[in-house]
Amino acid sequence: MIEISNLHKRFSKFVALHDVSLSIKRGSVTGIIGPNGSGKSTLIKCLLGLVNPTSGTITINGSVLDGACDYRQSIGYVPQIARFPQDLTGNEIIDIVKGLRKEPATLERELVERFDLRHELAKRTRALSGGTRQKLSMVLAGMYDPELLILDEPTAGLDPVSNIRLKQFIADHRDQKRTVLVTTHIMSDLDEMADEVVIIIDGRIRFAGPIRELKLQTGELRLEVAVARLLEREAA
Amino acid sequence: MTRRPPSYRAGQSDRQGGFFRHIAGVLTLVCLIIGSKSTVAAVITVQPGGAIQTLSEALLLAMPGDTVHVESGTYIESNLRVVKPLALIGNGWPVVDAAGRGPIFEVTAANVVISGFELRGVPVSFVKEHAAILLSETENCDIRDNRFVDNFFAVYLAHSKRCRIIRNSIVGSATELTSAGNGVHMWYCRDIAVQDNQIHGQRDGIYLEFVTHSTISGNDSSDNLRYGLHFMFSDSCRYEKNRFARNGAGVAVMYTSQVDMLENTFEDSWGGASYGLLLKDIRDSRVLGNVITRNSVGIYLEGSDRIVIEANQFHANGWAIKIMANCVGSKVTGNDFIDNSFQVATNSRQSFSEFDGNYWSTYHGYDLDRDGFGDMPYRPVSLYSLIVESEPATMVLIRSLLVDLLNLAERIMPTLTPEALADTKPRMKPIS
Amino acid sequence: MRLSLHIGWYAIRDVARNRWGLLYTAFFLVVTVGLFQLQAQSAKVAVSLMSICLFLIPLVSSLFGTIYFYNSREFVELVLTQPVNRRTVYFGMFCGLGASLVAGFILGVGLPYLFFMTISQEQLLSLLLLLAVGSFLTVIFLAISFLLATILDDRGKGLAAILGVWLFTALVYDGLVMLATMAFSDYPLETPLLIAVVTNPIDLARVTLLVQTDWAALMGYTGAVFNRFFGTSLGVSIAVVALCLWIVTPVLIGLRQFRHKDL
Repeated sequence: MIEISNLHKRFSKFVALHDVSLSIKRGSVTGIIGPNGSGKSTLIKCLLGLVNPTSGTITINGSVLDGACDYRQSIGYVPQIARFPQDLTGNEIIDIVKGLRKEPATLERELVERFDLRHELAKRTRALSGGTRQKLSMVLAGMYDPELLILDEPTAGLDPVSNIRLKQFIADHRDQKRTVLVTTHIMSDLDEMADEVVIIIDGRIRFAGPIRELKLQTGELRLEVAVARLLEREAA
Repeated sequence: MTRRPPSYRAGQSDRQGGFFRHIAGVLTLVCLIIGSKSTVAAVITVQPGGAIQTLSEALLLAMPGDTVHVESGTYIESNLRVVKPLALIGNGWPVVDAAGRGPIFEVTAANVVISGFELRGVPVSFVKEHAAILLSETENCDIRDNRFVDNFFAVYLAHSKRCRIIRNSIVGSATELTSAGNGVHMWYCRDIAVQDNQIHGQRDGIYLEFVTHSTISGNDSSDNLRYGLHFMFSDSCRYEKNRFARNGAGVAVMYTSQVDMLENTFEDSWGGASYGLLLKDIRDSRVLGNVITRNSVGIYLEGSDRIVIEANQFHANGWAIKIMANCVGSKVTGNDFIDNSFQVATNSRQSFSEFDGNYWSTYHGYDLDRDGFGDMPYRPVSLYSLIVESEPATMVLIRSLLVDLLNLAERIMPTLTPEALADTKPRMKPIS
Repeated sequence: MRLSLHIGWYAIRDVARNRWGLLYTAFFLVVTVGLFQLQAQSAKVAVSLMSICLFLIPLVSSLFGTIYFYNSREFVELVLTQPVNRRTVYFGMFCGLGASLVAGFILGVGLPYLFFMTISQEQLLSLLLLLAVGSFLTVIFLAISFLLATILDDRGKGLAAILGVWLFTALVYDGLVMLATMAFSDYPLETPLLIAVVTNPIDLARVTLLVQTDWAALMGYTGAVFNRFFGTSLGVSIAVVALCLWIVTPVLIGLRQFRHKDL
């Protein structure tokens, strides 16, 4: 699904990504973890075309990223903070996205129903709670039934109800054999959701593979501890 | 600029027929006597295909006091001498066309009336000042209700008095100053009334030199190449209720005293040397109740003393008034100064004139005692107008923030603008 | 283009409901109504309004543009994760915001005119000229502010830069021109001055409006080039072309920068 090879990204003096090569299988749920500023957001923005790599290539769904925009048709994206033009209503936000696409938004109605958003969508987004805005984000990301779903720190600052709903959302995609990519620094979340894990520290990939394998390697049962072990070993 | 006097003198060029002239003189005398005795003057009719077909014939036949009726038609004639008191009346706009051969009427007799003609085709001459109608050394003549089309000079008065030029339409097609004549030209005259004429496309619309006690009123002198009205060495004259618009250089009044300029309209004179009203070396004159609009300079005063400028409206001019420091004792009172780019400009920090009780649209003072006059004096000369005076190119910066700030600073702390030039009683509201 | 208009349309709806967008309209409304109340003659209103427009439009529209651009970062991200290219998004936002501000300005100034007076043809022309030039200024400074906000990621730097640009074009530039005119007064300055005027959008707008208010004074300056510039349609043509260039250039540079920008 995603092939990344020798990806470098440098912001003036700061190197955000250093020789990152990564392959993500179709139908997997991959968690990207790492401390703040480790480069995971940059990596995702590279995938979305928001950040231009200094060097290296990215291939998504068979097409090499070269500035063209069509490949994004198969991507749904849930940003870290769901913020929209404050004086537009939820419906209008959905209309904006629909206006930018040719194909029908097959899952729109279903998602709106599931998140119980119907009444909220008539309000301006400034009047919506953080959780509701995230639901809107998920509708936008999911309504085209994307082959690849990318979530950037989706659990940050969510109330427990929203949190559960989000995990269900991811699980649904997995069940549909969609590819999911999610960044987080809360590892307990990943334990439940992800099959694969990528650990990035200081712009370098320290581990990439099935969570099982990481646990095996470190001999720990909890992901959190397993990661800590791995890092200790690296440092040593 | 000063024109030579014309060398016309009646009959002088007619050298061959001394004898006949003598006879004619006697005849004229006889006729005069008879005419004065009989109560009814004869009427002679000139008509194409009639008994008398030309004006020259009619002029020869007519007895003093006769009326010559000219029926409509085109008469190619020129150098018509009017030496008897006659009334020449056109019916149905007969056209007298000089066809480029010379002047049309040369009037040397008194009490002549010329009315109802269309006169055209008097040629440009660089030697003689050919006119459609010349009044020379005469008096009490009436030139009224004629049309003058494409003539060098239209009406030319020399050494004449008590004449009236009324309701004529004078349209020239002059394009170059050197080959254009004036509309109504007066030289050494007195007691002339120039009234209700329309004058366009000449060099100067109305020209006065050494003329006294005359009145120019109700005329529209517009679109002339140089001045709408050109006024020199002509004391004790008055011009009122005229309109002067789009003349090349506006109106000029020079070297004169005791002129009354009342209720005229001066409009749209644009250009580096264009003035609504140019006053140069004028004394003891009054400029009252005029409307002065959209001229590059509304009134320009140079070397002019004791001028009263009162109750005029200055509107949307480049400079409402430019007053040079060599003007002494003038009074500018009770005028409206509205939306002029510059209200007053001068070339010195000194001022020998008085500004009082005017309305200035740029005055921002207040009137706490509610007497209708601002409590703080207004200085109409802005710093920027001084800058433009010394560096005309800075004109491009007009109405910029920079200029506003400079003017504001100078208003708060005057250092360069003439301190004496201030209106101590600026009005809060326009007068008209 | 269709997608740009689509995005622009929603930007318009956003601004139309936005407090600041409404304030922008209300501001011109209040100023114009105030001028009408204070001053009896409409000609004077036009002149005061001209000064206010030349002073405030660049300031307000560029500040508005900068803030809007920084504030819509998330929106831009949202849209850019869809299959649209960046040019479309940038252009769409620019058009939408531009149209909103222009409409706000035109409504704010135009409505009081319609309300307070029966307009003669001459006044209508001068009002239309003011509205046209004001709209140009709005869009020009919006384009510049978008460009600066694109180049400078830091909000504070962006605002400082746009204020700097405003101060320079509104005041400092003219000061330099005046000093230069005095310093080089022995040389023929007409052409360089006209070029200087055309190179600064505020001066350019001002000079275009001068034809209405101060033509008599401008014609009083004896200079052949000058008179031809202001006295014929040549000047207007040059001014219009220059105004357009002042929109197109920053937009094109902005588009280029935006295409290669990391968001």
